[in-house]
Amino acid sequence: MKINEIADILEGTFLTGAEFGEKEVFSACGSDMMSDVLAYVKDQAVLLTGLCNPQVVRTAEMMDMVCIVFIRGKKPPKEVIDLAEKKGIALISSPRRMFSACGLLYSNGLKPGN
Amino acid sequence: MDAIHLEYDVDGKNFVSAGSATESVKAQLKGLGINPADVRRVAIAMYEGEINMVIHANGGKAMVDIFMDKVIVKLIDTGKGIPDIEQAMKPGFSTADEDVRNLGFGAGMGLPNMKKYADECIIESEVGKGTTVTLITNFS
Repeated sequence: MKINEIADILEGTFLTGAEFGEKEVFSACGSDMMSDVLAYVKDQAVLLTGLCNPQVVRTAEMMDMVCIVFIRGKKPPKEVIDLAEKKGIALISSPRRMFSACGLLYSNGLKPGN
Repeated sequence: MDAIHLEYDVDGKNFVSAGSATESVKAQLKGLGINPADVRRVAIAMYEGEINMVIHANGGKAMVDIFMDKVIVKLIDTGKGIPDIEQAMKPGFSTADEDVRNLGFGAGMGLPNMKKYADECIIESEVGKGTTVTLITNFS
């Protein structure tokens, strides 16, 4: 699935990294607990979260993730967006809630990873 | 390749910058062409350690030595120490407060994650004096 398709399916808008929209991603995970994200390395490329602090971007970076989706219409502060821009990570804000957002991506073919 | 020695001060009062030492080490390892899976193991273990230093120990020092076949990360703090290391290693055990949990950490996965990703994780701690965590990761 392309990052652009994720944005479309979740009715999301890019906060940064729209230029990476054509990048293909194959798996995702959803969590507000960064240590849980760090505990299960599976080559996931997308992180869905309701957290908006800089450690979300750092966690994604450590995991080599390429896209973060902020659910429930959340928009992180500018410093977080700047950090993601520096790291080359796409940020999307979606009005969907966690359960729906994960369900929509899953049913459209995005999987939890191996 | 000679060993590369890196040192960082980890600011204990700044949650925003927490993880920046790890970021720098990750970039260095990437630049040296180390296998990405190994780079990620080093980064995750060190990042958890760095976060721990900020939330539990008011910061400290990170010393990193990169060799041809491995990385040794030493995280040294002068914080309150760990009274029971065995208990602290149990997944889910945490002494972090609600504030830290609201930031996405403090789930009791920090030390277990470090042990999981590093090939060797040595924790030396004295209550009231501080903790030193040594993480050794061999390149595959």
